[in-house]
Amino acid sequence: MKPKHQRLVLGLLALGAVAGAAGLALSALQDQAAFFYAPGDVAGKPLPLGKAVRLGGMVEAGSLVHKPDGISMAFVVTDGKAKVPVAFRGVAPDLFKEGSGVVAEGKFNRDGSFTADNLLAKHDERYMPPQVAGKMHKTETLDK
Amino acid sequence: MIHALANPTRFLKLARPLTPVLFWAGVALALFGAWGGLTQTPGDYLQKESVRILYIHVPAAWLGMGGWTGVAGASLGYLIWRHPLAHIAARAIAPAGAVFAALCLITGAIWGRPTWGTWWEWDGRLTSMLLLFFVYIAYIALARADADRGGDGRVPALFGVAGSVLLPIVRYSVVWWNTLHQGQSIGLTSSSIDSSMLWPLFFTIGGFTLLFAGVVLMRMRAMLAIQRVEARMRRMAAQ
Repeated sequence: MKPKHQRLVLGLLALGAVAGAAGLALSALQDQAAFFYAPGDVAGKPLPLGKAVRLGGMVEAGSLVHKPDGISMAFVVTDGKAKVPVAFRGVAPDLFKEGSGVVAEGKFNRDGSFTADNLLAKHDERYMPPQVAGKMHKTETLDK
Repeated sequence: MIHALANPTRFLKLARPLTPVLFWAGVALALFGAWGGLTQTPGDYLQKESVRILYIHVPAAWLGMGGWTGVAGASLGYLIWRHPLAHIAARAIAPAGAVFAALCLITGAIWGRPTWGTWWEWDGRLTSMLLLFFVYIAYIALARADADRGGDGRVPALFGVAGSVLLPIVRYSVVWWNTLHQGQSIGLTSSSIDSSMLWPLFFTIGGFTLLFAGVVLMRMRAMLAIQRVEARMRRMAAQ
């Protein structure tokens, strides 16, 4: 074996070892690296009570209620598997609306509902002009 | 082909006329794409006009990751075949890639504020891209320190190869974990960006890529010239 080939084999082995180590580390990270809980993640399991967490999913169509004080609102977050009622007081981002993605920052309550102190809007990977969006019938944007 | 180009004289003969062609073609394509993206395409149904930052953000992300692919490939070539030109190529690519990774992070933050409602969140995609930027900075520092101490470039080359594990993590972060960042829009064969909004993106991606290649050739030629000057100085000092 020429030294060149030796180095080639060594290099590829090293690359494989590094990739393997990264794979192990990533699989150990698993859910820890998730940005938010989906409603289905917490359904039927003990709630992460008392700590600040994020809850993400779709704002269920028809669930958004603005309270008379003008700044409080309530809505339901769903991922198609489970639903969580959310209460929020504050200013929501422009893209926040029913049938669209949201990530709420806040805390779970004992009864399974969620109190948010900040909202982030999540959008999907589709981009199109308004005319095209208008023509398309309501395709499900769930869980994206 | 690669082996033939490993000869610095032959490489320079080709790089000299190629540099201005790549550079100016890149500038022209990028400007045309920017014009198209700013004036000729419709706004997004959801994001309105802010979607136009896509025409800078996507090429920046592409080159931020493509740049490291280049650093890793050249580093591997240097480790195996010991081509001095491969070492120079890796060092020439790194700062250009770092600039585009930074541009990707900055335009992403500016885009995130009006759409998501935040400049920055520690989600999988954003965090892994920030890590890639730090890896660039570390590589540049390491390569410079190695050169200052008269090293043969093997240590930065090892780092260049090892850093490539970040690339699939950045790419698949939006698949493996739930993230604030949306999924991939453009695949090999399909795209979820409407065709009326998509075409300027190809011009900015192509333009920035040519510009990137031109800058890398410029840097490689400058580094080869410095090497020659230093070699001549050493010869003169020895006489």
